[in-house]
This record gives sequence, structure tokens and C-alpha cells, in this order.
Amino acid sequence: MSHKSKSDLRLIGKSQRKIEGLAKSTGRAVYTDDLAFPGMLHGKILRSPHPHARILSVDVSKAEALPGVHAVVTGADMPVPYGIIPWTPDEYPLCVDRVRYIGDGVAAVAAVDEDTALAALELIDVEYEELPAFFDPVDAVEADGSTPFIHDAKKPGWNGNVTKKVKLEFGDVEELMDSSAVVVEDDYFFEGTTHTPIEPHCAIGMWEPDVVDGAGHGGAGTVVGGSIAAEGAIEGSSIVRGSPPGARNAAASADGQTATASPAKASAKPGPGGPAAPPGAEATNRGKLTVWSATQVPHYLHRELSRVLDVDSARVRVIQPLVGGAFGGKSEPFDLEFCVGALAMKTGRPVKILYTREEVFYAHRGRHPFHMRYRTGCDQEGKLQSVDAKILLDGGAYASFGLVTTYYSGQLLCAPYAIPAYRFDSTRVYTNKPACGPKRGHGSVQPRFAFEVQLDRLAERVGLDPIEFRRRNFIGEHTRTINELRITSNGFLECLEAVERASGWSKKFRAMPFGRGIGVAGSTYISGTNYPIYPNEMPQSAVQMQIDRSGRVAVFSGASEIGQGCDTLVAQIAAEELGIPIDYVRVLRGDTDFTPVDLGAYSSRVTFMLGNAAIDAARKLRKLVIDAVADHWEVKSGEVLLAGGYALWVPDTSRQMPVREAFNLAEARHGALGATGSYNTPKDVHGEYRGGTIGASPAYSFTAHVAEVEVDPDTGVVHVKSIWVAHDCGRALNPILVEGQMEGSAYMGFGEALMEQQIYKDADHGRAGLHDAPSLLDYRIPTALDTPELESLIVESIDPEGPYGAKEAGEGPLHPSIPAIANAIYDAVGVRMTRLPFSAPSVWRGLNVARENGTLGKPAAPSRQGVEV
Amino acid sequence: MAGTTEVVRLNVNGDTREVGVPTHYTLLETLRYVLALTGSKQGCDKGDCGACTVLLDGVPTLSCITPVWEAEGKSVTTVEGLAGPSGPHPLQDEFDLNGAAQCGFCTPGILCSAAALLERTGTPTRDEIKEALAGNLCRCTGYTKIYDAIEAAAERMSAAG
Repeated sequence: MSHKSKSDLRLIGKSQRKIEGLAKSTGRAVYTDDLAFPGMLHGKILRSPHPHARILSVDVSKAEALPGVHAVVTGADMPVPYGIIPWTPDEYPLCVDRVRYIGDGVAAVAAVDEDTALAALELIDVEYEELPAFFDPVDAVEADGSTPFIHDAKKPGWNGNVTKKVKLEFGDVEELMDSSAVVVEDDYFFEGTTHTPIEPHCAIGMWEPDVVDGAGHGGAGTVVGGSIAAEGAIEGSSIVRGSPPGARNAAASADGQTATASPAKASAKPGPGGPAAPPGAEATNRGKLTVWSATQVPHYLHRELSRVLDVDSARVRVIQPLVGGAFGGKSEPFDLEFCVGALAMKTGRPVKILYTREEVFYAHRGRHPFHMRYRTGCDQEGKLQSVDAKILLDGGAYASFGLVTTYYSGQLLCAPYAIPAYRFDSTRVYTNKPACGPKRGHGSVQPRFAFEVQLDRLAERVGLDPIEFRRRNFIGEHTRTINELRITSNGFLECLEAVERASGWSKKFRAMPFGRGIGVAGSTYISGTNYPIYPNEMPQSAVQMQIDRSGRVAVFSGASEIGQGCDTLVAQIAAEELGIPIDYVRVLRGDTDFTPVDLGAYSSRVTFMLGNAAIDAARKLRKLVIDAVADHWEVKSGEVLLAGGYALWVPDTSRQMPVREAFNLAEARHGALGATGSYNTPKDVHGEYRGGTIGASPAYSFTAHVAEVEVDPDTGVVHVKSIWVAHDCGRALNPILVEGQMEGSAYMGFGEALMEQQIYKDADHGRAGLHDAPSLLDYRIPTALDTPELESLIVESIDPEGPYGAKEAGEGPLHPSIPAIANAIYDAVGVRMTRLPFSAPSVWRGLNVARENGTLGKPAAPSRQGVEV
Repeated sequence: MAGTTEVVRLNVNGDTREVGVPTHYTLLETLRYVLALTGSKQGCDKGDCGACTVLLDGVPTLSCITPVWEAEGKSVTTVEGLAGPSGPHPLQDEFDLNGAAQCGFCTPGILCSAAALLERTGTPTRDEIKEALAGNLCRCTGYTKIYDAIEAAAERMSAAG
């Protein structure tokens, strides 16, 4: 695909207001908790006080008897396992027979108001048998089965605490390590962190049951097949099942526990038969279920609601209001979404559940703690030779995206540097803590920290400036990584140059006084994944567009607006292609009854995939309009342009008509004007080995950071003064939004580097396994006063397959934040930080060790002279 | 179980409103769930995040930890009250122009803090802006675009006199 040059684009590439921007700044924007419905009940979830226990009994009778309580549900009402990854369904909407962390949901109540619901929770009697718990991933991985595993082992003799093992090797790691001139080896620890969107999770369920004779009465548009009407089996408004718990709907879970493969091995197509499809007309529960939710993944939620609550998927509707931040923390179904559905089905009334901030910390799915050991070798000229990584991922109580996280912990390290030999050996284990999952930069932020610190060490050992060291190892564009990922456009060198220049690097590196330092790091990230979460051949993203006689264009978009600007993206593309102002475009988004499927706002897929889908639809419409105008003027179609509100004849632009007239001509000629557009990923560009599809993306973004710090050598307090972030986003379609993503990413990485930790109490400091700080006061995220100066530098490599050349900008720019700060601390005081966060006590301990060893001080400037081995 | 309900008289965005509320209600609950002024947000339910910030007699106040009774006899201004009949407040417009609202959830509270700042000083320094926003968490932007928007609004307002 060749792209237009900047001068040929009118709206693309120029900063635009967001189409919902003024609604957000005037208080008109509607989020889930802003909705209320007549008769709406309030739901609350009872949570486990034990990190690991069997549920012996749950008695809800006293709660049900409390005036104002309308329904109580427990695990027995929804005994269908689910999980975002179809091969690892290991959790229930409410626990059935076992709780696995403090905060696990056990029962849910719907009552006339919040106070009554809370009072009812107190009246639920749960009898538990406490079990020994695993908090340390090393204990979990070494468990011998003498106490119950957190989940049942998939095969006798296996360790049920292990979610996933992946071991992959590319090239001859040992041989190239042996022949390396310099090898560095270290242990690194990345403490877990969480997303903390400012909006807590919220969901509302509404149920419209069929009337007794089987005819649908779920409002306009509800269609009931004849076979359903003939069966006529109706269970009123309660949930009744004809099959034993979980039997009919349990998804396939035949994936082996261990995946080891060499590149030579033949590939396995994704999925052992894939997941069970959501129920159709045979579903037990007859009626229409609507769930409003602050979710990043309406489509996956739609599928799981249908399957777990056993409602025809054609009669489940998920509506996504505006979402108040997500960052990966709302990218799978959560207990509250099933509970509002089940409680609505039981009561016949709308039910809302809003998480407290404390519950958001329990829901978690944040960044995994990683224990990492890295060994990296390079030659005398600083060329990388071999990388060997061993990683233990602390997964928490459930699988979540863990299968993918385990692969990502290794697969995404193989650019932007050429690595001739690479091995990673990653194991994810369960522990009795809230489940970890995907957070901005899923699975690859932790290894990037370790690896970029290793590179800094190697650069020093071979006497090279660390920017020059990275330059020498640049993998190039239009190439393949050692693990066979296809790289297309690659602007990493420009990123390095941009941060080097903007930061004044050459005057500062190793040249500032003791206590002041500067550091660099680089990274890559995916622009979406080539393979969807559940195997299917259908498009990953789609839109429908229609033209009105007034000149207005409506876009129906399935994408998820979580603040990144995807509604503005499709409006901008429709306006660009059809020659109308952006405010002539309306976007209806996030309603599974009306909008085509887009898989969700995760893995940095939206701009690339939705953008291409929108271009596809808009260009189909443009062709209809241009053909009609060309016909009318009796000129060639190629000579007609739609721009600036007009149809123009290019050879003589004084020949023109308002675009509305052109639209009317086209409608007269073709009938009502509408088009669908879709995008699907290339499926032939991955490695032919098991797991080779994971990490495969249609395009990769690249980033470089330079951070400048001041370290107080007496207290260990680190003050990050500035972060320069250069990011290759392909083409910046809306530069102000791209900058916002870059600054937000750098900010979030800075917070993880210095302040944030999702940690739990041990028995010596309270209740073992209890979240240490489930509030926004104690879990510290950076305020305006903490945040450094952030300077974003956009690099445009114009990707051949991206929409107008664009790639992602939402997650990639986070990756180098942490190692750049670690490397800057080293430049400042000569202390290597290998554990996160770089809090004052931690840095202070490092300073003391350096003082004792006599290494405290400004490191030597690069000599560029041979090797010191 | 609803507890005691009493009538509270409030002045919100220039309107006098008399509504019955449970006696333990906060100002935020009253605004959002009784008066349907849902612009002010609940992010943490304990005064940590600032998304619920409103102006009480012009002073930025965390409405989620302010009992509704404390607002009696004072004027309450929410994000919905910042705009005038002719259009949005310059801050609201500049937030949009500068990309200062990503998810937008913290935006109403930040706008209230910023409006109070611009009432105090027409030409705030960047350090004064940071101080004024220290009680408002934003998780999306890294704050940079928010500073840009506030500075642009200050300039626009002082140019307009």
C-alpha cells in the first residue's frame, strides 16, 4: 500500500478536537455510573476474608429475609467457568467451592438501596475451611502437593500451581555466549503495579423476560424463532439450568501445561478445537439481557455473558458508555458484570454494581511481579551475540491473560536490536493474591527494564556511549527478528537521534556532577496481534458508514473509546475521505446490538485496525459519490476530488458543487448510501513453531527515552527532572492525541519506576495476603507535583500497511521509562538499580552498599578503547 | 433500611433546590443521585483522587467527603455550572483544544480546581498550577496538556479583560 504524502492530506496529520471533547469538559459526557433506570436496584458483592479456603456452605436465608433485599446469588447460580483466554477458563463469576484470594467474590445481593445491600452482606453466613496459602511464587512453583494446589493439576503428578511454562530457543545461545567478549549477568525484580483508572468498574444489568407463551416482548427489534415459541419452556425470571453445573458450557481446556519448542518444529494451529460458541436459540434462559459496562472489551463480554448466563447471544446486548480510563484493567469480564446480569434476571429489575476503590484493587489484573535472571553477551565492537533469560511470573489467583503474558515475557524482546541467539524460559505460577493480567505494555515492560539495564552495563564494559551501543545493534527495517516476527517500518534510529539531541545528551552523559545523571533506553511494541483471542477467520475490526441527504455521515463503530480517541479517529477518516468537516460526522459506538464487531481496546490494536476498517468503508462510499459526479459532469472519475465540503473537477476546480449535492446525485443513482469496512490481519508472517503466532503483529512501534535525574546521596531520594520520549508511531494521525499517549505513557512508567507497588501484607504485618494499600492515598500514583517535565518527540516512519502509515502510540512509549531512569541513577551515583520501585529506602540501601564497596561515585566516561574484561 | 430522610436546601449553579436526602448523604451523592448533576465524579469514595471536586463559595472542595448539610447556605458550583449561556468557559474550551481530557473522568474536578486558581490569579506560573492541581489525580495525561490548557485559558481570559 502506498500512502499519500502529507500535503495531500487535509485533516489527517493535523491536531483535531476530540468529537466528545466538549462533552467531557462540560460534564455532559455519560459514563456507566451516570446512568439510572426506573426501579433500579443496587448490588453489592460479598468478598472472601481468606486467601485460600474451601467453601463448606453459604447460607443466604437471613439476607434474603431482610426487608428491601430483592435477590441474592451465589456461585451455585452461575457454576460455569470462564476466562478471557478460551483455553484457561479457571474462574467463576462467584466462587463455587473455593476462594483463592482475599477479595474473591462469594455472593451478591440486590437491594432497594446501597445501605440495604451492605447490611444484607453482613447477614450472609459462609462457612470456610481454611487452606494453607501460597504467596511467594517460588514456594508455589516448588510445591509438592502436600497441601492443596491453588488450582487442580491438569494431569496427575503435575503442579497445579503452574499456569504456563514456555521455553523457546533461537540460535545457539551457549556457543555465542561462550564466544562473546563480554558477558553480564544479573537478577532483576519487577514489583507488581496496578492500573488505577480514576473511574472504578461499574455495570448495570437489565432483563426483559419472554412472556409465558414464548413470544418475545423485549421491545422493538426482539425476534424470537418459531422453535423457541413452540418449546415454550419458561422459567419465570429465575435462572434455572437443565444441565449439571458447568457441564454443557465449559470451554475446552486441553492445552498442555508445558510448551517447549524449537524453531525447527512444525507449528500447531491455534487452539485445540477452540472454545465453545456462545449459546444460540437453545439457550435455557429466554429473554433479552442488556448490560452496560465500563469495559474495554464489549465483544468478549458479550460472548461470556451469553455463555455463562446461558442466554441466546443474539439476545444479549452490551453497551459501553464512555470509559473513565482502563489501561488494560478492564479488558476481561469481571464478577460484577455477571452479577448484575444474574441479579437482573432474578429480580426483573435493573441492577447496578459500582466497585468501591478497594474492590478495584482486588479486581486488579495489573502488571505481574517478575523475578528475572538475564545473561547477555556482546563482542568487542559492542555487537550483541546472545541473550539468555529465565523468568518467574507471579500470576495471582487466576489465569487471566497469563498464557499470553508468559509468551510476551520473552517474545517481544527481539527488537529493536538484532540478537543472533536468544533463549527464554518463563514460568507463570498461581499465588493466593488478586490475579495479575495485562497492564499497558503487557508482559514486555518488565523484561525491557532488565534487558536495557544489561545493555547499559555492556556499553560501559566495551567503552561505548550507550546511545552509540544501541545504534550499532539496530535491527533495521523490513526484516525479521530472530524469533521470526516480521518488522516493517522502523524509525528507531530517528527516535534515538531525537532524544539525544533534545536532551543535550552529549554534554551531560558522565559529565554532570555527582548526584546528577542521565540515562537512555529503547523498546518496541506491537500494533495489535495478528491472531485474535479466540480462533476465527472473521475481521478483527469493522465499521459501517452511511451518508445522509443533509451531508452528514454516520459511523457505526464497534471500537472501545477509553479516552484514546477512537471515535475521533473514525470521524477524522470519514471526513478526510468524503471531503466534509469533522462535525458533519456522527459516531455511534460500543453497542453490540448495532455496531459491528471490533475485538476491543487492548494490545494497541485500535488505530491500526479500526483505522484501516474506516478507510475501507469510506473509500467505498467515496467511489460511489465520485462516480455519480463524474457521470453527471461527463468527466473521468479519476478527475473528481471530494475536499473541503465540495466535489471538485481537478483539471479546473472552478467546476465544483457542494458535497451535499454530490451525495444527493449518488443516492439518486445508487440508492441509499451505506458501506461496511473491515480489517483483518496478515496470517502468514509468523514463526513456524509453537507460540510463533504470539507476538506477531502487522506492525511494530519503536521508542527511545532519555531521563535526567537528581539523586540525593544522603537520603536516596530520586528526583526525575525530565523525560524526553521519542516514539515512531508510523504517522501521527492526530498529533495532539499521539503526544497525549506518549506523555501519559512516560508518566505511568515514571510512577512504576519510583512510587507504585501492588503488595500484600505478610503474617508479621497484619493479615497475610491482605492488600497492603487498597486506596489512592496509600497506593501512590504521581500527582502534578511529582511528575517530571515530559517532552514528546513524534517520529514518523510511514508504515506500509498502517492507516495512512500509522502505528500504535498507546503502550509502546511506556517501555523505556523505567530502564532509562535506572540507567540515569547509575550515571548519577554509580549504583545499579535492579529491583523496582526505586524508592528512597531501596536507593539508600544501594548507596550504602556502593559506599562499602568503594564504588560510590560518578562512573567513568566511555573510553571507546577496546574491552575491559 | 433507608434511614432517616430530611430536606436539604442547596444553591447549586445559581438554582435554589430543596430535596429530601438520607441524613448521611454526602454532597457528591446528593449532586449525582438526587439532583442528576452527574458531571462530578466518584473515583475513590474517600477524598483521595479529587474527581469529585466542586466549588463551595468558590473554594475547591472534595464533595465526596463533605456531608451535604455543610453545603447549606453556601453556593455550590459544579462543572455543569462553569459554562455560560453563550458557550463553555474558556477553560473548558481550552481543555478540548489542548487534548487535556483523555478519558475525561478527572476533568470535572480538575476544571473546578483550575477555575478557582484563575479566580485568584489571572497569570499563574506553572508551579502555581501544579500546586493548585496537587489534589486532583489524572491517570491519562501526565498533566502536561492540562498545564497547557490552563495557561491558554488564562491568557485568553486576561486578553478578554
